[in-house]
Amino acid sequence: MTAPVYNFAYLDEQTKRMVRRAILKAIAIPGYQVPFASREMPMPYGWGTGGVQVTAAILGPDDVLKVIDQGSDDTTNAVSIRDFFSRTAGIRTTTATKEATVIQTRHRVPETALTADQVLVYQVPIPEPLRFLEPRESETRRMHALSEYGLMHVKLYEDIARHGHIATTYAYPVKVAGRYVMDPSPIPKFDNPKLSDCPALQLFGAGREKRIYAIPPYTSVASLDFEDHPFEPYRHDAQCELCGATDSYLDEVITDDAGNRMFVCSDTDYCEMRRASGEGAHQVVTGTERGA
Amino acid sequence: MSAIAGEEPLLTVEALTKWYGRQLGCRDVGFDLYEGEVMAIVGESGSGKSTLLQLLSGQMEPSGGRILYRLRDGNESDIWQMSEPMRRLLFRADWGYVHQDAQLGLRMGISAGGNVGERLMGVGWRNYGAIRASATDWLERVEIDQSRIDDTPRTYSGGMRQRLQIARNLVNAPRLVFMDEPTGGLDVSVQARILDLLRRLVANLNIAAIVVTHDLAVARLLSDRIMVMKAGELIETGLTDQVLDDPREPYTQLLVSSILPA
Repeated sequence: MTAPVYNFAYLDEQTKRMVRRAILKAIAIPGYQVPFASREMPMPYGWGTGGVQVTAAILGPDDVLKVIDQGSDDTTNAVSIRDFFSRTAGIRTTTATKEATVIQTRHRVPETALTADQVLVYQVPIPEPLRFLEPRESETRRMHALSEYGLMHVKLYEDIARHGHIATTYAYPVKVAGRYVMDPSPIPKFDNPKLSDCPALQLFGAGREKRIYAIPPYTSVASLDFEDHPFEPYRHDAQCELCGATDSYLDEVITDDAGNRMFVCSDTDYCEMRRASGEGAHQVVTGTERGA
Repeated sequence: MSAIAGEEPLLTVEALTKWYGRQLGCRDVGFDLYEGEVMAIVGESGSGKSTLLQLLSGQMEPSGGRILYRLRDGNESDIWQMSEPMRRLLFRADWGYVHQDAQLGLRMGISAGGNVGERLMGVGWRNYGAIRASATDWLERVEIDQSRIDDTPRTYSGGMRQRLQIARNLVNAPRLVFMDEPTGGLDVSVQARILDLLRRLVANLNIAAIVVTHDLAVARLLSDRIMVMKAGELIETGLTDQVLDDPREPYTQLLVSSILPA
């Protein structure tokens, strides 16, 4: 029995054209959610089908792909998606941010600054920032069309009233190019400043919800806040145990059942780069022992 | 009373008609409403009062007739000739709508402060302290204990919810408030206090109001003028005290005489 032959990057050319049209519309209207005919993919909804469809539509034979999941190249899903594109597109893959031309990410922005010849593709679960406040799609579309965003600030007000500060720590809503309010996908709010004025193109794909949106390069992205409660990116007050970084987003790793924990860089490539260049850590730790 | 001779009407309604297919909602209703004036629309069930309120507040499009509203810049505008965004803006910024059931007019999952502050945030207030101060002030004005500002309306009684709804509608200083049976479903003592509150607020803030009610006592207490509806037709209109004390139309006489003595 012969193995099935796939078109380049799995999707057929007509589908890729449709997705690219949606992407072009999305770039033309920064932050606006463009509906698209999301296809059935060989992974279930909730496993990155939106990101995969966007990546498949923009990949070319000379592209170099990096896939990260919560900052890490070596989780099961990142490995699976990387293998998927390796098999169906035959393109080169990498774990080094600097080498990649297309980076597909689940819920993190790489620490290494991106350049103008890179594209960052985000996997998005719920594209609508107002969804939990206003469940009706008909109403949220009107609110975006008429710029009626009072409700979004009500959510932030509620946080301050209940907790004394804005309690949203991820998927922190942003205003793009001064017009549309957007959900930047569940990235930690630490990553929000990286979205603004970024040289790379940022594309967002939601497969289950069938929406694509985009932030063109060098676009202003402002996190919503109050004058007297300004936006503050949050980071654990610690340094990475492996590389000593004090400027990267840290993962908290529980090391035993006595409550001991250690903090390590969420971005594995960034951490490795720092260790390779001899910074930080007094212990020698190999990749496989990380976090054990 | 506030209508000064020569002052232009805030709302002019001409020959307003609404047909639901072959069923008549209301026919040929026309009146003028001035700033600060309270108009009651009374009638039995099915008389067309709620239809009329929905038409006047721009929530339902009429089959015929016009509704002219005087904007803040002094120009008169047909509300159904303007664009939908403009109408929605008017609904949020210039008008208020108090529902009979407070749950329809409130966000039940949001705290009282958030409910009152929503309109302010919708017009661009971005200072948390200022929004909260305004919400606190309004809770005091509608006689809700200020310590309840962070509680959701789910924990409020019916009367408190209605008061909160009133605060939510008045916070952005509307010029015209539509009220659909504002005290229906509340017990009598609570009704009396809320009517008192409404009377004071409307008078102090010089708000024009259109109150739909089936209760003539509410009409007598709140309104300056009254319109009596029956089967979609406008039967009688005039000053409240005049119409209720000296009704001319047979239907109005029937209505007035049907009030059970206390």
